[in-house]
Amino acid sequence: MTALLQHPGYDEEKLQRVAEQLPCREVQAGLLLSLMGEVDVKVCVASTGIKLTVFHHSLPLQLHHAAVSCVECVSVALLFERVLLSFFGCDAASLLPRSPSLSDFVRIYRQQRSQSPAKQTRYIVMEKAELLRDSDANLLPALLRLQELVGDNVTVILLSEIAWDKFRPNTGCFEPLLLHFPDYSKGELQQILSQDRHPSYSAEFYSSYIHILLGVFYSACRDLRELRHLAALNFSKFCEPVEEGKVKETDTHKLWRNIEPHLKKAMQTVYLREFSPVLWTEYQRLSAHTHVELPFYSKFLLIAAYLASYNPARTDKRFFLKHHGKIRKTNFLKKNEKTSNHLLGPKPFPLDRLLAIFYSVVDSRVAPTASIFSQISSLVTLQLLTQVSHDDQLDAPKYKCAVSLDFICAVSRTVNFDIVKYLYDFL
Amino acid sequence: MSTSSVSKGCFVFKPSAKKKKMSLSLESYFIDGCEGAESSETRFKLCQNLWDKIKSDTEVLQDELNRKILDSLLDFTRKCSSARQHGDWASQMRASEIPTAALVLGVNVPDHDMTFQSLSELLHQSVTPHVGSVEAKECGALKHLMKRVLERLMDTVVDDDEEEEEETEQTSAQLHQSVHCSLSALCDWYITKTKKSSSGTPGKKRSSPAKDEQQQPPVVIIFKDFEAFNPRVLQDFILICSRYIERLPLMFIFGIATSPSTIQRMLPHSVSSLLCIELFQSLSCTQHLATVIDQLILTPRFPFKLNAKVMQVLLSIFLYHDFSVRNFIKGLQLALLEHFHSQPLSVLCCKKKEALLNVMQLSHRDLERIRQLPSFKRYVEKQESQEQVNLITDDDHLKETCRKMIKGLRKYHKNYYPILRCLHTLTSALPRYPLGKQIRELHLTCLEKNVWENEDYQSAMKLLKMLAKDELIASLCRCVEILKPVKSKKMKSTAVQLEELLAKFKQLDTVVTEMAPSVEDSITSPIKNLQKKTDLFQLQKTLLEMNETRRSKKLSPFEILRNEALEFIDSLVKSHLSPPESQTLHEVCYYSSSATVRRHLNATPRTSIQAALSSPYYYLQNENLKTEDGTVSNTAPDICIAYKLHLECGRLINLYDWLEAYATVVSAADGNDPDSDGYGKVDEVKHARFIRSVSELEFLGFIKSTKQKTDHVARLTWGGC
Repeated sequence: MTALLQHPGYDEEKLQRVAEQLPCREVQAGLLLSLMGEVDVKVCVASTGIKLTVFHHSLPLQLHHAAVSCVECVSVALLFERVLLSFFGCDAASLLPRSPSLSDFVRIYRQQRSQSPAKQTRYIVMEKAELLRDSDANLLPALLRLQELVGDNVTVILLSEIAWDKFRPNTGCFEPLLLHFPDYSKGELQQILSQDRHPSYSAEFYSSYIHILLGVFYSACRDLRELRHLAALNFSKFCEPVEEGKVKETDTHKLWRNIEPHLKKAMQTVYLREFSPVLWTEYQRLSAHTHVELPFYSKFLLIAAYLASYNPARTDKRFFLKHHGKIRKTNFLKKNEKTSNHLLGPKPFPLDRLLAIFYSVVDSRVAPTASIFSQISSLVTLQLLTQVSHDDQLDAPKYKCAVSLDFICAVSRTVNFDIVKYLYDFL
Repeated sequence: MSTSSVSKGCFVFKPSAKKKKMSLSLESYFIDGCEGAESSETRFKLCQNLWDKIKSDTEVLQDELNRKILDSLLDFTRKCSSARQHGDWASQMRASEIPTAALVLGVNVPDHDMTFQSLSELLHQSVTPHVGSVEAKECGALKHLMKRVLERLMDTVVDDDEEEEEETEQTSAQLHQSVHCSLSALCDWYITKTKKSSSGTPGKKRSSPAKDEQQQPPVVIIFKDFEAFNPRVLQDFILICSRYIERLPLMFIFGIATSPSTIQRMLPHSVSSLLCIELFQSLSCTQHLATVIDQLILTPRFPFKLNAKVMQVLLSIFLYHDFSVRNFIKGLQLALLEHFHSQPLSVLCCKKKEALLNVMQLSHRDLERIRQLPSFKRYVEKQESQEQVNLITDDDHLKETCRKMIKGLRKYHKNYYPILRCLHTLTSALPRYPLGKQIRELHLTCLEKNVWENEDYQSAMKLLKMLAKDELIASLCRCVEILKPVKSKKMKSTAVQLEELLAKFKQLDTVVTEMAPSVEDSITSPIKNLQKKTDLFQLQKTLLEMNETRRSKKLSPFEILRNEALEFIDSLVKSHLSPPESQTLHEVCYYSSSATVRRHLNATPRTSIQAALSSPYYYLQNENLKTEDGTVSNTAPDICIAYKLHLECGRLINLYDWLEAYATVVSAADGNDPDSDGYGKVDEVKHARFIRSVSELEFLGFIKSTKQKTDHVARLTWGGC
């Protein structure tokens, strides 16, 4: 395995360490190292792979580098500062003017470079490079030609989970080298996960546990981080019978019988992250009342909003007028309305329609008090309604209802309102 | 004011220094415009004392209610930070996750502040000095969120130590100097901070359970209103934080108003997998309110009371509008203030001793006020003629009587609440809750009128008469428990009587076995007859007879006893649960102006604007404006006329027609001869006045400009005359 990582330029022992840190990435690491050996390349790793972060652990081995996360750099200034800081220390970083431009950066870089010339290649590693799309238009092309601009032995490495094609600047640029990190296979996942074994159990025992775990979860989830989380979460349950002395470590079948129903249950909550092991059972209790308690009028406002969102405005007369005459569904069914409104999603409605429906839905007479209106805005902050148009109250604001049918049914049941009778789709 | 300036312009007149000095105290605000000024100072003091007591009581109550959830949160933070430091295998595996507590608090957002306040105080005291909380409205963008977090965290460290204070000032100065604030700055700050405190003398900070915990205290960031945050900002922030988690022991607390599923809705897998979330659910607000009512309203401790209508208003605001306990207490405060402000006799609304003293100090005017009270008038009418004369004319005699009445009122309250609770324990277990599930509903019915005349009460009594023995005994036992601690002779004796009844119930067990055969006999004999051959007529007759006998059948000893017990309860209810209006001098303690409370707490701005526009007399009180229903005098303000005219239009209003109509109406007001040439003509002044009133209407939100049709405006309200 490590044979692949042999490279003339580097210390044998260090390479060995890298290889240990990067299981199942030998091919890519080797390729990268060989590319790094040649001095004047810029590499863009457009990877859909899972463990990007581990990869840059290989760099601190012996290389002079600056690791920057593009999420963190809300402004280019921050990015420049980071880079200068890690290459030349804080003196250089403080030379940057307020809101620096790219040329400021290049100028200072050149100045500093001449003072402390590079003994070896400098690397700039940028995580989440796809975010560079949204920053200044000249930034990405400039980064790709940084070596020419600053005249230094510098390499920019962009890390991204999106293919390079998706964020290539449309003005054209210097094409980087692409290096693809493929997804881990099941076997590789097994190998990686087995590495962090519990110190008080044998490696075989843990790896058999991982085997069972992958058997259950692999079809649903291939995220290494999530799998690791699940492994940590369920391991105590797995070794319970061993600790109690009922089963021997080697008796995998019995262990499997013991853990399987438990894992099946855990399957429903993959990715939810909604509990730590303590709350495992409590979670069920809580999920029983995930419904939201709302004040009485808020419930009706929400119901009215739902009706306004999912019924065509023309049908309001039929639902909310006492003497609506004989309008049958077939009579006013337009062609395009044959598709279910629920499939099309909520439609925006103006405030007056909401209130008109609200007043006809609520049994008692409600004064149009300030708190009725403030309840509408609280529903918006609670994200049960969304405001579609701009904030101007004078300009007849429009809303959309953002709750599901199940939710609204549960709400209307608590106020004894049969919402299905009022929905055009269920006529 | 006049100036010596020749030119036109705006001039600023600063208030003279003398006026500035006179800042009004709370008391003078209270006394200003107060009814019955002579006793206003005493009333102010009474009011303030009472409010202070209510406030401190509610705070204690709130702490008590939140204790459980706050304690578990504190445990969680402690556990997380200790697990980080000497982690076992499982916590090492999950070291890259940010521990997060999702605090589900319910939709009553106004109440959350208090919870977060006490939470951050507690955290500050016992877990970590680094606690910062952020709200959504101040963090529109990632930059702002970052800035707020840094500010809060670095400021909170200002401690008893002076050196540290300087230190923080320096860092914050540096922060302001450097253009960008980032988490790495916080990280550096944290490292210097922890180094400093670990090298410092131990015990300098507050004592904590474990010393090593202090060396790496977690950095807690509280997101008060999770739903309102911009998801993008939050995601980025979490991503950044996760990069620093190895160096900086971060911890999040999300305040969630709706349901935990919002976390999944706002954060994608890639972000939520960076967190390790634990859920905490707080007490529901209805339970919270029930406790508050139990402790503040249903107790004779506070002399101030609400009558049925005010109570109803406050409750309906809570249930229908906001679910906010804080607003409920605010409403209570408003009622309290209004009562002491507007009712001169509220001097008597205080502790018994004080009240008795205050009675003796009542002035003649106050006594006259007492004589005017409806409840007192009713009382006088019942007295004999000599006594009536005495009460009306003799002030000293009246004072004496008042003392008696105050005592009577106190006794009434002392007995009312225990009996109310007893009745509630008995009826709350009944099917379909004829008298309400919550004690506040029962309280309301009792306040409104004689509860025993209520149909629901009668049906409840009927249901109680069918109660099984063990249930009845259990609820009677609970009643005894309620009555026992009450310090009142009446209640003590009632408790004793109930206990006697209970003892009798328990004796029954032994008696019943002896009685049993004879009872059986009486039932079985007609059935035996039935088995003989009979014709249809006979059968009917026997069946009817059987029915009769069953109805008038001798009751079993248990049934007799049960009826006895229930009659006893009924007599208790009748003697103690009469509504407060039946008590003489109840006006002293009961606040009854529900309209005021409603106007203040549940304002209807739109109705008042419409009232002002359609009948300006209501506010301006000018005789010229007085008109019949539905019409507006032509001398009314311009905006009223324009408003009235616009009501007659449809959704789109032609501006020119509107102007013409307006000019006609206004011309009539000017007193021009209808036949003259200029009548109804639009001149410049009228035009300008019209434009102004139209723009005022636009400002008030009645119309808006539209592009659908030229020279038209759109109406934003519907309906008209």
